[in-house]
Amino acid sequence: MSAVQAASLPAAKVAPARRFRFRPSRIVINVVLAAVAIFWLVPAVGIAIISLRPESAFEQSGWWTVFTAPAQLTFSNYQKLFSAGFQPGGVLDSLTTSLAITIPVTILVTVIASLTAYSLVFGRWRGRTVVFLLIVAMLVLPLQMALIPVASLYNFVGDTTGVKIFGSVVGVIIFHVAFGLPFGIFLMRNFYTGIPHDLLEAGRIDGAGEWTLFRKVVMPLGLPAAASLAIFQFIWVWNDLLVALVFLANNTHETLTLYLYSQTRFLSSNYWIISTGAMISIIVPLIVFFAFQRYFVRGVLAGAVK
Amino acid sequence: MSVADPTVDVLPAEPKQDVVPTIGSPVGGGWKSHLGSLLFLLPGAVWLLVIVVYPFIATIVRSLFDGSGTRFIALGNYKAIFSTTDTIVSLKNNVVWVVVFPFLVTFFGLVFAVLTERIRWGTAFKTIVFMPLVFSATAAGLTWASIFFNDPHTGVVNAAVQGVANAVNPPGLYPVDTSAGESVGGLAATGVESGPGGTLQSKSTVTAGGTIELGLTGISPTVLQQNHATTARIPTSSNGAITGLVWRDFSPSHPTERGQVFTDEDGIAGLHVALLSADGSVGAKTTTASDGSFSFAGVGSSAYRIQITANNFQAGFNGIFFLGTQSLTPTSSLNPTLQAILSLPIVDIAMIIAYLWIWAGFAMVVIGAGLAALNREVLEAAQIDGASEWQTLRRVTVPMLRPVLVVVFVTMLINVLKIFDIILNMATPSSQGGASTIALDIYNDFASNNGQGLAAAFAVILFVLVVPAMLMNLKRIRG
Repeated sequence: MSAVQAASLPAAKVAPARRFRFRPSRIVINVVLAAVAIFWLVPAVGIAIISLRPESAFEQSGWWTVFTAPAQLTFSNYQKLFSAGFQPGGVLDSLTTSLAITIPVTILVTVIASLTAYSLVFGRWRGRTVVFLLIVAMLVLPLQMALIPVASLYNFVGDTTGVKIFGSVVGVIIFHVAFGLPFGIFLMRNFYTGIPHDLLEAGRIDGAGEWTLFRKVVMPLGLPAAASLAIFQFIWVWNDLLVALVFLANNTHETLTLYLYSQTRFLSSNYWIISTGAMISIIVPLIVFFAFQRYFVRGVLAGAVK
Repeated sequence: MSVADPTVDVLPAEPKQDVVPTIGSPVGGGWKSHLGSLLFLLPGAVWLLVIVVYPFIATIVRSLFDGSGTRFIALGNYKAIFSTTDTIVSLKNNVVWVVVFPFLVTFFGLVFAVLTERIRWGTAFKTIVFMPLVFSATAAGLTWASIFFNDPHTGVVNAAVQGVANAVNPPGLYPVDTSAGESVGGLAATGVESGPGGTLQSKSTVTAGGTIELGLTGISPTVLQQNHATTARIPTSSNGAITGLVWRDFSPSHPTERGQVFTDEDGIAGLHVALLSADGSVGAKTTTASDGSFSFAGVGSSAYRIQITANNFQAGFNGIFFLGTQSLTPTSSLNPTLQAILSLPIVDIAMIIAYLWIWAGFAMVVIGAGLAALNREVLEAAQIDGASEWQTLRRVTVPMLRPVLVVVFVTMLINVLKIFDIILNMATPSSQGGASTIALDIYNDFASNNGQGLAAAFAVILFVLVVPAMLMNLKRIRG
């Protein structure tokens, strides 16, 4: 409230103090929020520093000692992990495995969801409402409902055709795409409903086919929504552990989350690997987050149904 | 738009138009466009039918068969779930998460969203609190595991607790860790025996003008070094005073000889010693010098023993095991089923804090967007009518924000129903059983040899639990 408004309300000002007065001073709010911000930063700063301290230092003293002895900071943990190169089970191989899963899933979900949404909004077949409501219902469907049959399906395909899907990157991708689609379709459809149909009708009169209308009219207009979806999907899949754990089973290549999880059996003795690996695994989504912050926030807001 | 100013148009989507957008235009298109738009549907439809819809049905069917999948057992798997202690623990943990977490995260989201509007660095604050959302639950769980590490040397929370604990109740210079099987009496070597209450005392008495030698063993050179101990020196006796020496009675050059003060033996520095009368009362106190010597002047003519007080050996704070399943509620006297239902493992608290750290930013941003979309005139009207800020918040802002708060609450509810990664990564392997949830059980059963029937039944239970949220979404979309 501005000073002018406050001044124009002498009654409220002079009135005898009420029981509840929610008027914490600005200083109090600043101090409280500063404390909260520090609380929020401590874990991230802590793990970053642990990753930058020598392996041997971990058990001997706390990471906070760097503030008095900054000389202990070193990149040796990173060098050690990177020097293993791209062999399976190493951090660089996990990084590429994560990318090999995340990028195709992101592209497939964005493209297929856009196509489906187009059909739901601009198509003229019957039953679009029912299909859309089914997709809304799928939004909150736990993916645990699909694990066993999909695993059997993958094994069946493997047994009959010899194409191994279970335990392969492809199997993980297929599963992720399926469970990314409902949200993707939902988001794209909501965006497309805002596009005036007249635009498409004009195109149809000019003889444009559906593909042309999609490519030249709807897709360019829907880019912001597609960007939100892509970023959201990217981070979602990048951070997944469960699907990789189930469908990448026994593969020598691991995703970064699997790589980290596999170290936890020896938590404290491996913490130099864990902290360094965690930093490496966070860097990619962090870059995506800061580069496309506004799209990510939009995706998150739309995702408040998942 | 950024985290700082989510604008109105991105609010959780209420469709702008009716679900049936338009009646098909009479012009253009024809069967070709009809077919075209159906073709567009094809990849998505096939994908969802094969990987979502079919498995959904198959899982329901599978849940009625036994582990190997060959024998129909009707509701046998469900009965097993509700009658096994291990699975009851999982259900209980899910209840804890569901009761506590959505409420907390919505509350913090609301508080942060309201308060950030009043600070100048709101953008920075929002970015800081929102950032953990890009952490995988795996990375976040492992990060928080380090925060909660047991050892006060490495875990920041235990380090802080230790700081407070040691200030209130300082540990001795020569701590004895009884939990590791050490005992104060075990330190006695020469002329020393156990006294009452964790003390040591001289075997013999000493009077003014006398000198007494007290040998201890089992004290590490490192600890002595930390306490700046120097080579042991027997003090010269002096009239009217009791003098003495406490030293580490172990010589590396004469490892088997006790009772003699060698030149490679150190005094025990900084040790609290006191005069002990024959009646057991404690008199004057002093502290040994760096060479282990001490002296009591003006002691009169009676004979005293020398007591080495208990506070020398008091062990320091050793860390709270936050990542274990030690229960916060006392349940040990109950039967196993009640124990399973009523125990509240400490790791649940640690994990809830970690999960709040991830998700509070989400709640803050969604609620912040709702706040930005509120009609400011209503708020101002309330204040003009004399409502205090608290009243405005309670009676106007929160009720107007209700739809957004419900969305956040329900989103988080669904999220914690499926909670999985954080438990796998944060609870120590040995305590995972006690911290387990439905989703973790599904995975474990799935991965086990004969557990797929149980896993399917568990998945169906999970599905049933999200049905209310599903119906709510549908209702919201249809308007």
